[in-house]
Amino acid sequence: MSDVKQPKEGLFSKKNMKIFTNPISENNPITFQVLGICSALAVTVQMRTALVMALAVTSVLTLSNVTISLLRKRIPSKIRIIVELAVVATLVILVDQILKAFLFDISKQLSVFVGLIITNCIIMGRAEAFALQNKPWPSVLDGLGNGLGYGWILMVIAMGREILGSGTFLGFSLFPESFYAAGYENMGLMVLAPGAFILLGLLVWVQRTITKTVHE
Amino acid sequence: MLEHYLSLFVKAVFVENILLAFFLGMCSFLAVSKKVETAVGLGMAVTFVLTITTPTNWLLSNYVLSEGALSWAGLQNTDLSFLNFITFIATIAAMVQLVEMVLDKHFTKLYAALGIFLPLIAVNCAILGASLFMVERNYTLGESTVFGFGSGIGFLLAIIAMAAIRQKIRYSNVPPGLRGLGITMLITGLMSMAFMLFSGIQL
Repeated sequence: MSDVKQPKEGLFSKKNMKIFTNPISENNPITFQVLGICSALAVTVQMRTALVMALAVTSVLTLSNVTISLLRKRIPSKIRIIVELAVVATLVILVDQILKAFLFDISKQLSVFVGLIITNCIIMGRAEAFALQNKPWPSVLDGLGNGLGYGWILMVIAMGREILGSGTFLGFSLFPESFYAAGYENMGLMVLAPGAFILLGLLVWVQRTITKTVHE
Repeated sequence: MLEHYLSLFVKAVFVENILLAFFLGMCSFLAVSKKVETAVGLGMAVTFVLTITTPTNWLLSNYVLSEGALSWAGLQNTDLSFLNFITFIATIAAMVQLVEMVLDKHFTKLYAALGIFLPLIAVNCAILGASLFMVERNYTLGESTVFGFGSGIGFLLAIIAMAAIRQKIRYSNVPPGLRGLGITMLITGLMSMAFMLFSGIQL
């Protein structure tokens, strides 16, 4: 896209807000673009880890979008993938060091999945599809929007898995002892991998039925 | 010794399948599992690259990056492990490029089969994930080679099975909202449940 002088646009104009809100619902990175599924499932056993992961991904996504958008005229198109990877990897190293310094136990629980933010398709996908063609400010909004779109799906899955699987909400136990005494049991399946797959499948079903999109 | 490697291999393929238990490589798994032939191609390319990059990254990690690893160069107290991520991803990208060039020159047939998938693999989480697991679990060089190969075979197995199911499911009447990603996730969940039956297997 050429940067010919366009009429001045407000920071929160309708078009910019659309960039921000679109990925949160209609064009959600997980349920519609089918990107970034790996981490969405792996870190959602507990809500705390999911929250930290969502924040980490949102910040990396926003910062990488800005950086790449600022560099977009200087990056030769042949080596753009390597440049993008280098930018993202650097940001992820920063996030990893910060997590290790301030939230050590959560960083231990997230283990390799912090590093795997590098290969999270959402980040590369947004860099390729948006930041390389757009100015920094819309790129910030796009990054934030996609990060939040990713984050809320993550939190919903984590909430389902934590409540059903461990009977807790953000670590606080939800069901009184008498429930368990009366024969209620936590659903062990939800803590394991299949629970995540099935819950995401159902969530996609609900969301696509509401928005009436049909794929394939 | 052989038994140890064999048990590690079985664990990587079945019990702790990199895709069905750790969710790594989901993006390409979902995108390329529509036809069995392409699924075989991608699976083979992933196995190939995993078997090469995991030991390569092991060497880098143990002789350059981890704490005290540079003692052979006279640097006793360096700890470069914070550079793990960027080094690993660079190695993977470089290896993929190398493999692509070698295949193109010497194994034209294989290149024709794997060609289009190789560039995709550089950003496949399964590849980076295997390298990171290798560091976290303190594998030896032999173990990390076996682990890389086993993870690759596990991915191959899962993606072929998925492609076969999806080819069949085209003839079924799936509710509209569930078509595509929804039903694929549910099937993956069931597959993952089936693979959990392998847990506890000891050789």
